[in-house]
Amino acid sequence: MKEIIKLSTLKNHVFDGMSIMVGGFMAVGTPEEIIDELVKINVKDLTIICNDAGFPDKGVGKLIANGQVSKLVASHIGLNPMAGKLMSAGKMVVELVPQGTLAEQIRSGGAGLGGFLTQTGLGTIVEEGKKVISLEGNRYLLEVSRKADLSLILGDIVDKYGNVLYRATTRNFNPIMATASDKVIVLARKRVEVCNPEHVLTPHIFIDYVIEEGKNG
Amino acid sequence: MDKSIIKTVIAKRVARELKDGNVVNLGIGLPTLVANYLPTDVTIHLQSENGLIGLGPVPTIEETDMDLTNAGGQPVTLLEGGMYFDSATSFAIIRGGHVDVTVLGSLQVDETGSLANWIIPNKMVPGMGGAMDLVTGAKKVIIAMTHTNKGKPKILRRCTLPLTAKNQVNLIVTEMCVIEVKDDGLHLIEYNNEFTIDEIINATEATLIINNPNEMRFE
Repeated sequence: MKEIIKLSTLKNHVFDGMSIMVGGFMAVGTPEEIIDELVKINVKDLTIICNDAGFPDKGVGKLIANGQVSKLVASHIGLNPMAGKLMSAGKMVVELVPQGTLAEQIRSGGAGLGGFLTQTGLGTIVEEGKKVISLEGNRYLLEVSRKADLSLILGDIVDKYGNVLYRATTRNFNPIMATASDKVIVLARKRVEVCNPEHVLTPHIFIDYVIEEGKNG
Repeated sequence: MDKSIIKTVIAKRVARELKDGNVVNLGIGLPTLVANYLPTDVTIHLQSENGLIGLGPVPTIEETDMDLTNAGGQPVTLLEGGMYFDSATSFAIIRGGHVDVTVLGSLQVDETGSLANWIIPNKMVPGMGGAMDLVTGAKKVIIAMTHTNKGKPKILRRCTLPLTAKNQVNLIVTEMCVIEVKDDGLHLIEYNNEFTIDEIINATEATLIINNPNEMRFE
């Protein structure tokens, strides 16, 4: 049985200066209720790893707008003008990573690999400071894998063991982020007794805590 | 040409490049319009890098499901046979060479098939999103863009903005012409008969190799 925690106890699992992976793609698949609580707790100096910067009022954009993020690792920040402003003003470091490279950094982090070789970014700014490796006639960038202190993910259906199913395109980075952090908290939209084992997308062993959506008011 | 007509002309011409059974990724903006002009006698599998294949038409208000969006965050529909996957699988599809064609816009393209479309230093820094992976991994890269920007050429000898990728572009489709990128340079293979060849040359900084180009066809 996976431990269900109240949103109000989230403060016991976060600290200033920590790194947090947040699922979602333009805030689709982001556990908004947990983000709102993080804003309330006002934990600072965060390194946020997310596909994008969300919107100023949606997704990780809310943490950025509240000045809680000192570093953002993302593939795209174009829909959150606040992110660009903070970056230009030197108030937030932004590390832009090609989306597929970011996904693979997280996947390989969770899979216990040190890194991987990719041709994405060759001959561009992305190559700067990285090792180029020649293998069987092709050149590749050596990309190092990525992990974090905490992953926050959104599950559509979570069973009592903590197995997770996702819905439609809310899946995106959630399953890989569930593998790549010391601690993983899933926001569950719905809870069921037991999921069909054929359908499980994130095995319960990756999940540490479950927070039930809409039951923390 | 009127701006909306320009977009339609480009989208229609790009659509003719897509073949039965192709897995295709359409970028945000102009490339998305290509979906409106797909040939009816072929089956195209549209991929969206946020995690789906089988992108369908824009939903009605009643059909709108905010869990089901494209890479631009806009609500979409899923066709029968379509499916969802996570971001690692999505980029295994993209980087692994399983996408036949990617269509995207660009700020600049050059004679070597390099492109720049993700950053204007100190001005606009949206990020590369999935573009670097797409142009590196897809079998065919089509750039769909207006020929010039406020009268200034976008097809250059060498890109001046930071690159998205080196030597990856295969075809450039603009409202004026279709250009094929080959090892020896840019070949003007089709021209829009609303423009003269001289007008096209003048609107292009790069050298064009011209050898009996055909008229552009849109149907």
